[in-house]
Amino acid sequence: MNELIKKAAELLESNVVQIVIGYGKGSAERTRTIFITEASGCDQLIFDSRCIQNLAVYLTKAEIKKLGKPAIVAPVPVLRSILQLASENQLTEDGLVVLGVTPESTLIEFESFAAIETYLASHKIEIDEKYQKIIEGIKSMPVEERFAYWVKELEPCFKCYACRAACPLCYCTRCTVENNQPQWIKSASHPLGNLEWHVMRAMHHAGRCTDCDACYEACPMGIPIHLLTKSMLQDVTENFGPYGPSLNKDNTLSSFKPEDKESFIK
Amino acid sequence: MTEFEPKIVAFVCNWCTYAGADLTGTSRIKYATNVKIIRFPCTGRIDFMLLLKAFGEGADGIIVSGCHPNDCHYTSGNFHARRRWIMFRGLLDMLGIDVRRIQYSWVSAAEGAKWADIVNTTVNAIRDLGPYTDYAKVAGYLEKEAEV
Repeated sequence: MNELIKKAAELLESNVVQIVIGYGKGSAERTRTIFITEASGCDQLIFDSRCIQNLAVYLTKAEIKKLGKPAIVAPVPVLRSILQLASENQLTEDGLVVLGVTPESTLIEFESFAAIETYLASHKIEIDEKYQKIIEGIKSMPVEERFAYWVKELEPCFKCYACRAACPLCYCTRCTVENNQPQWIKSASHPLGNLEWHVMRAMHHAGRCTDCDACYEACPMGIPIHLLTKSMLQDVTENFGPYGPSLNKDNTLSSFKPEDKESFIK
Repeated sequence: MTEFEPKIVAFVCNWCTYAGADLTGTSRIKYATNVKIIRFPCTGRIDFMLLLKAFGEGADGIIVSGCHPNDCHYTSGNFHARRRWIMFRGLLDMLGIDVRRIQYSWVSAAEGAKWADIVNTTVNAIRDLGPYTDYAKVAGYLEKEAEV
């Protein structure tokens, strides 16, 4: 990605940005996030299919914000998160340089958030057929069996909250799980607390999640928590129409239509 | 063994359903006594976590009720609540939490008879479903461990 390295170095040299957030070499075959503050460091930047972390998560962190204006390496999933954060008034156009990377690994620069939205119109969120089948399979189980399946799947969760830390949309500075007067959600690895934590996590992302799978990738126990957000994504589409981050649309759960339809309220 | 009596928790809004339930009483309409009513300012205030807490504390069924659409005291609280319920119901269904145990309804302050009917039909439905042992097992996990 010589193009990317050159552009990042230019931005740092001309002091347009003070920090570049990108992907670098990690341990073994993995990649890790790197924060570059000197133009000479830009040759550490890499981009390939292993770069799956969602870097947008750093944009709302106070520790990163105080380092100055950032430029961020942004493949499609990161672009979606940036757009969602922008629509929630968490980012400003002057406060950020977006170095977009297309699926073909070419550099694409964005002048505005609106330009990102235009670009993403041709990269719509689609749930993999593989996942559609899995979700369908789970939903076709009898209710008791489905409950047992999830209790078992969630059993290894020990509340490390890596899923929360990896998610760009979990930017609340104080989370419900930190409320201990009363203790809303048991912090121990208790099946009830596990269930409640994952219900809450999914509900707080309803109509916001951009389906980047960062939560699943971050989970040390490999719990398929992304199936919950994917299933909700299907529900949003089914009930409230086409879905995706947008500057012109309110979030699903912070807006309504008088004509919203349901079949279960008596 | 005594017959199973369902424990039902009702989350209702102050302006419509709570007043409606009051009317049920002042109209001398008899209905099942299994329901414990919790009053909220608005259905928009009923956090989904409260419903989970009710199940966690041993409820067998839940009623959530408020003003009819367009009737909200706060103009749009029930519209927001409706969207939240649609999403929440889908998520619970995905997780295998029995959505038949949660009855949503719109009951206005003039619908005392409807409230009695909602409670009675819900109590009967839950009676048929039996106690919510699956959830109770999860909620009582530590107690069970302590006994061993």
